[in-house]
Amino acid sequence: MSAIEVVPLNWYLMLSTILFTIGVLGVLFRRNAIIIFMSIELMLNAVNLLLVAFSSYLSDSKGQVFVFFIMAVAAAEVAVGLAILMMVYRNTKSSDINVLNKLKW
Amino acid sequence: MIKLVYLIPLLPLIGFVIIGLFGKTFSKGLIGIIGCGSILGAFALSLGIFFELIGQTEKSITIDLFSWITAGKLSIPFSFLIDPLSSLFLLIITGVGFLIHLYSTGYMSHDEGFYRFFAYLNLFIFFMLLLVLGSNYLIMFVGWEGVGLCSYLLIGFWFKNTAYNNAAKKAFIMNRIGDLGFLLGIILIYVTFGSISYHDVFMQAKNFSTGNPVLTAITLLLFVGAMGKSAQLPLYTWLPDAMAGPTPVSALIHAATMVTAGIYMIARSNILYTLAPFSMEVVAVVGVCTALFAATIGLAQNDIKKVLAYSTVSQLGYMFLALGVGAYTGAVFHVMTHAFFKALLFLGAGSVIHAMGGEQDIRSMGGLKKYLPITHLTFLLGTLAIVGFPGFSGFFSKDEILAHAYEHNKVLWFLGILTAAMTTFYMFRLYFLTFKGDFRGTHDQEHHLHESPKSMTIPLIVLAILSVIGGFIGIPKVLGGTHFLDHFLKPVFEDSSFRMVHHLSEGTELMLMAVAISVMGISLYYAFTTYVKNKTLPAPESEELKPIHKLVYKKYWIDEIYSTVITKPLNFISEGLYKVIDNELIDAIVNGIGSLIKWKSSKIRLIQNGNIGFYIFVMVISIVLILFTRLI
Amino acid sequence: MITILLIFFPLLAALLLLLVNAERAKNIALFAAIIEFGISIFAVTQFQHNADVQFEASIPWIQSLGIAFHVGMDGISLLLVLLTTFLVPIIILTSFKNDYKNPAAFYALILSMQMALVGVFVSLDGFLFYVFWELALIPIYFICLLWGGENRAMITFKFFIYTLAGSLLMLMGLIFLYQHTEGIHSFNMEALYKAGQSLSATQQGYVFVAIFMAFAIKMPIFPFHTWQPDTYTTAPTSGTMMLSGIMLKMGTYGLIRWLLPVVPLGLQQWGHLAILLSVIGIVYASCIAIVQKDFKRLIAYSSIAHVGLISAGILAANVQGVQGAMIQMLSHGVNVVGLFFIVDIIQQRTQTREISSLGGIRNVNPQFAVLFLIILLGSVALPLTNGFVGEFLLLNGVYQYSAAMAAFAGLSVILGAVYMLRSYQSIMLGEINTITAAFAPLSGNEKIVLVILCAAIIAFGVYPKPLLDIAEPSVIKLVEGVQTALGK
Repeated sequence: MSAIEVVPLNWYLMLSTILFTIGVLGVLFRRNAIIIFMSIELMLNAVNLLLVAFSSYLSDSKGQVFVFFIMAVAAAEVAVGLAILMMVYRNTKSSDINVLNKLKW
Repeated sequence: MIKLVYLIPLLPLIGFVIIGLFGKTFSKGLIGIIGCGSILGAFALSLGIFFELIGQTEKSITIDLFSWITAGKLSIPFSFLIDPLSSLFLLIITGVGFLIHLYSTGYMSHDEGFYRFFAYLNLFIFFMLLLVLGSNYLIMFVGWEGVGLCSYLLIGFWFKNTAYNNAAKKAFIMNRIGDLGFLLGIILIYVTFGSISYHDVFMQAKNFSTGNPVLTAITLLLFVGAMGKSAQLPLYTWLPDAMAGPTPVSALIHAATMVTAGIYMIARSNILYTLAPFSMEVVAVVGVCTALFAATIGLAQNDIKKVLAYSTVSQLGYMFLALGVGAYTGAVFHVMTHAFFKALLFLGAGSVIHAMGGEQDIRSMGGLKKYLPITHLTFLLGTLAIVGFPGFSGFFSKDEILAHAYEHNKVLWFLGILTAAMTTFYMFRLYFLTFKGDFRGTHDQEHHLHESPKSMTIPLIVLAILSVIGGFIGIPKVLGGTHFLDHFLKPVFEDSSFRMVHHLSEGTELMLMAVAISVMGISLYYAFTTYVKNKTLPAPESEELKPIHKLVYKKYWIDEIYSTVITKPLNFISEGLYKVIDNELIDAIVNGIGSLIKWKSSKIRLIQNGNIGFYIFVMVISIVLILFTRLI
Repeated sequence: MITILLIFFPLLAALLLLLVNAERAKNIALFAAIIEFGISIFAVTQFQHNADVQFEASIPWIQSLGIAFHVGMDGISLLLVLLTTFLVPIIILTSFKNDYKNPAAFYALILSMQMALVGVFVSLDGFLFYVFWELALIPIYFICLLWGGENRAMITFKFFIYTLAGSLLMLMGLIFLYQHTEGIHSFNMEALYKAGQSLSATQQGYVFVAIFMAFAIKMPIFPFHTWQPDTYTTAPTSGTMMLSGIMLKMGTYGLIRWLLPVVPLGLQQWGHLAILLSVIGIVYASCIAIVQKDFKRLIAYSSIAHVGLISAGILAANVQGVQGAMIQMLSHGVNVVGLFFIVDIIQQRTQTREISSLGGIRNVNPQFAVLFLIILLGSVALPLTNGFVGEFLLLNGVYQYSAAMAAFAGLSVILGAVYMLRSYQSIMLGEINTITAAFAPLSGNEKIVLVILCAAIIAFGVYPKPLLDIAEPSVIKLVEGVQTALGK
């Protein structure tokens, strides 16, 4: 029995759900771009956690492969996203997303 | 000889191609030789075929050239049919055509478009020969439209003159109205009989009952075509205008040959008409009405060519009357004699116009007898022929028509006699005013007067001789003749003969002749007293005419009526379709759909308000909604 | 193999044009187009006179969707390919005197359009057909947009969107058919035929409407025609010729190949309305042509009238009608290119296309007058010109469907003469005026083109049999298929 399976599967499910919900709510209600970014990471990691848990319980390594994919995507996203944020901050002296409303119509 | 029939239309075609392509560099003499020579060659061949046909028992020979149009069951070969009817027409076309070609070398000698004229003339002969030679309706239609084209080109020969161009255009368009009827008739023939070759159609038609509605429809449609080409009511107005062309053209196309195409067509389809009595009735009524109507207009015209033009329309009406009462031979007979004397009259008029330096108004003529002796004499013979003076060609052909009309319906006969009386009057009016009395033109014109050159007088003399003796091939039995033409054409009209029973006794026939001669005599006397004894002159342009006289002089305002009833509304409707329906309605709807989408989009785009929070909110809500709909 | 060569040779030539310098572009383009014509002539000589699809080639393309690069020619296709390859060199030759800016791009576009057009005519796969159909639109869009006349951006835009909207309906129809193909779905033509014929009558009706719309807009048929006069008038002459001479035949060809055999029951439901629209369009467009002041626009409207008759003949679905349509497509292509070329010649010399301001050109240039007259006679369908053969067969075909409609359609015989002779008189006859006094003689190229066109007009009026023979077996097979499906 691996370390992961010490904790019952339901608990993983619950933790993931809570984390994911926090992430969603963070994205919806916060205005600071950095925090939104962090909330997105939180959502991704909630999914990762779930994938690892299922992978272990089902003895199927495919889930873990997926985790690596998601981590790679997240890393790329951070690299690009933070760079954009830096530029936005330099130009507007703010990281509030409501300032970024010029792209319309 | 009959095997060589393809050469008959081919020779004029070759003439046309050579003159048309290289004529500019040729001398006028050479052009004349090519132009006349090709027709003379065709005439010689036609003559050979004519006698060969008389000599043999096989009276209907088809010569296939190549397969022209095929589509499914429809198969139309390009082939010729030689039978008595077509060989007779061949003779008329090439014979009269040759004489008029010859005449043209003199008449047109000063014209810069000399080569063009001969090219067109040769092309015309080519198409006319196709028309009568074709062994199916579509070949006839080819010639039919082809002669229309040549007529268009020749009426508008002097293309700088707008009035001439308008006349040419009018002729073409009016003919096209008829042509549509003809074309639909051909298609209906195909649909009914599964073939359009004369042989197949007539063979099958024999099995149809008399009065079959399909046959009535076919014959009426074909008759619409004939109305256009042969200038019958109501499509006749182009023919008087067509006199804008050079006079030899009027003689050849608008008197002797092309306008008789309608008669040829109906005579060719005689079996179909015989089986459709209603159509026959229509043909006869339209014919006699046209004859009478045009004759009344002819009474008051002052243009020498206009008088002859209306007389042509009137005589064509006569021929249709003949067809309508079943006198097919009579109609063809009259076509032939008419070709002689009307060509003669037109050429004589051309000689007069030539001498008068282009003047066509008979009010400025008079006393030309002493200046133009040959023209005068031949013109007189032509006039006697057309009025049906006993012994002249017109007498026999007219008599035959009137006898059949009497047998068919007395009213038709009476109207025919009335027309004949008018014909006598206006023809002698024309003759007296032109050749008798004193000269009424200017001094310059009087000085210019001269007899025409030999190339013009020889055709006049030949045609005059033919006008006198041409009737002898159809002397009725009652006068001791054998009626050669009747025998010759018998194979063509054989199948229709059951309707052509001769009821008339010899006495009635002689009585009818006497009536016709006396009516002509009275009319002639009346014209003589008016224009020679009393020296009455037609009113000058400035004088106000009496209402009836004016009505006739102005040709019943038919042209004006057509213009108001057809041309102007057509333009108005077209303008309306273009400006209102096309631009304001259909295009507006198309553009409207575009504008609507643009306008709606301008509203919808406001949803994109730039607020990232809002976007994310919508996105999450949407995801939740999608999940719900898919999972529940 | 030869079919694939026919498709891709113009494309290769077009690519080559982008590499050479501008002066040589037109000569290379002409050369390539003539070779292409030679290839199609070779195909004609190799063609067996039967109803089979020949020169067939099939290369798997998107296998998972059942799409193949499947091409081949039967008689119907071959005739239209022949028309395309015959007209393109002529169109290129007519443009020689125009100094288009950036000629290499211009001729490359013409050639790539030729590729797409040939592709449309030889496709035996629904998807491929659609691809070529849309592909043909792109070069002509740029030709009109970059080299066109006044107000071209707006007009070209409308043309593009309008035809594209129609094409999308056709795509929907094709996909619907695809969904109903048996077994593994396929866009193969035969499979689509089967699928279409297996549909219920109502469904066939929907498919008919969807696909017919695309063709109706392309041809165009009343009342979907309003893009056409503007586009024809605005496009550069070569573009107009491509549009009217060849591209329009995509629509009529589509009716024959991708509509009648696919949904015969749809034809039964909607055919009457479609023929009615075609026939109304004939008279309607002829009437409008009478009052046009711009000669180019007049010809544009006359083209609507002619194509209306073609469409009516096809939809009548009998051998005479469809054969007439085949011949008339070729004739119309030749005649309309000739007429637009005449407009171009006049416009080049006088800077105007207004009929009433011209006159008397015959005095200064009789040669031009004769050539113009021959083309005009072809257009008004005088016997012994190519136009007559088609018109007679078409009227015959329509008559078998409905006598009244044929009579009504026949009015074009009269109205055509009215507007054509009116404009001929006004432009060529009468006295010369200041605008036409200095009308220059025809150049060598112009003479060559006009003489070739006139020769074609007369040759195929006198002896149309070779063309009729090529299409006949395929047409008979197709019509019989439709008639059987209709239970006649």
